[in-house]
Amino acid sequence: MITKRIIPCLDVRNGRVVKGVNFEGLQDVSSPVALAQYYSDNGADELVFYDITASSDGRKLFTDILCETASKVFIPLTVGGGINTVADFDRVLKCGADKVSVNSGAIRNPQLVYDAAKLYGDQCVVLSVDVKRVDGVFRVFAKGGRENTGLEAISWIKRCVDNGAGEIVVNSIDTDGVKGGFDLEMLDAVCNVVSVPVIASGGAGKADDFITLFKTLPKVDAGLAASIFHFGEVKISDLKNLMAESGIPARR
Amino acid sequence: MIAIIDYGVGNLFSLKSSFACIGVQVKVTNKKEDIEEADGIILPGVGAFEDAAKKLRETGLVDVIKAQVAKGKPLMGICLGMQMLFDKSFEYGEHEGLGLIKGNVKPIADVIPSDYKVPHIGWNALQFKKDSPLFKYIKNGDYVYFVHSFYATDCEDAVSATSEYGAELTACVEDKNVFGCQFHPEKSGTIGLNILKAFAEMKEGEIC
Repeated sequence: MITKRIIPCLDVRNGRVVKGVNFEGLQDVSSPVALAQYYSDNGADELVFYDITASSDGRKLFTDILCETASKVFIPLTVGGGINTVADFDRVLKCGADKVSVNSGAIRNPQLVYDAAKLYGDQCVVLSVDVKRVDGVFRVFAKGGRENTGLEAISWIKRCVDNGAGEIVVNSIDTDGVKGGFDLEMLDAVCNVVSVPVIASGGAGKADDFITLFKTLPKVDAGLAASIFHFGEVKISDLKNLMAESGIPARR
Repeated sequence: MIAIIDYGVGNLFSLKSSFACIGVQVKVTNKKEDIEEADGIILPGVGAFEDAAKKLRETGLVDVIKAQVAKGKPLMGICLGMQMLFDKSFEYGEHEGLGLIKGNVKPIADVIPSDYKVPHIGWNALQFKKDSPLFKYIKNGDYVYFVHSFYATDCEDAVSATSEYGAELTACVEDKNVFGCQFHPEKSGTIGLNILKAFAEMKEGEIC
């Protein structure tokens, strides 16, 4: 039986993991390579590396780190941040990424999803979308959640799936950082219109939030989080045990 | 040395790195001499069957690989590389495979319930169907990482492991010295590395 996936997300700037992390037994807590290895050893099903570098120097450093990680960590690796062209796909795939996540790049140029899917296959193209309710309507936000694009989120997601997006990361701005649980209403709305895997993001504050997510919405395939894993508030191995005890298929 | 066939399909970075991690020397190659010299051959592959089979034929290596297999050299196909070992694929049409294992490749949508998502993507458990030298370092129920929309069928005799996804999907096949994994051992953590290790340890003529 296919398992529900647990995915830690690492924000990387100038070659270092941005959010502070604190683990026993992990010496260099802001080394992306060390942290990736730690997560892999502790049961993470996949990793997301998000490049939040602005400079080209930083970008080179990011791809170097990606190469080093992919040569040591043998679980699926998704890379996002600064993906605007097919050449950007090529750059990170050559360094060992398995999937590439597009967000603002797809909003600027919706053709990007189609072109990349044709070249690398649907399974390689992940649409990441930041969604917020505005007057009761789900709207797509760009620039890290700062700018309302005016796009209606559900139809945008559907359009990208039709263009070849093989997986969707739904990040709810409304629940992100609140730590009160995932945005079940928003995720349900997305699951009802797409048949590709849906990854929930934004809002996880404790292990139980993942249980509620998978119990309430069996169509959600994976849960993604950053700080609760980085700060050790939720240990992935404990979360996997809790999932199994709750009857949710988990890889242990 | 293990030869990883390079025919311009997919990314071989992780496969190369995973062999390096277990201390096995590999050569990513499209040269006849390397394949003849190798202790084992890996046929990788991602993407569409028709395109990949065409590219493989264009390298002129098909007969070289077949000759080595006939000599008893271990060969392992991974993902699309595994699907190409069969007689035929029905992925968008009908396409000839290498015919090294009897069977066909068909859409998983034909056999899974309609509310199951395609592709079959994620970690799924292996259910052993018979003993295999490939399973030397892993156990029944271990999880591996899949990404595929088509599966091998009409190959009952060759199936060594399956995975449950609303139907029993072929996960591993084997016919004498020819092996195949539908999943990605290079993305399946320690379990995957242990499968590659078991393959790398096989010697020509010792498998039957």
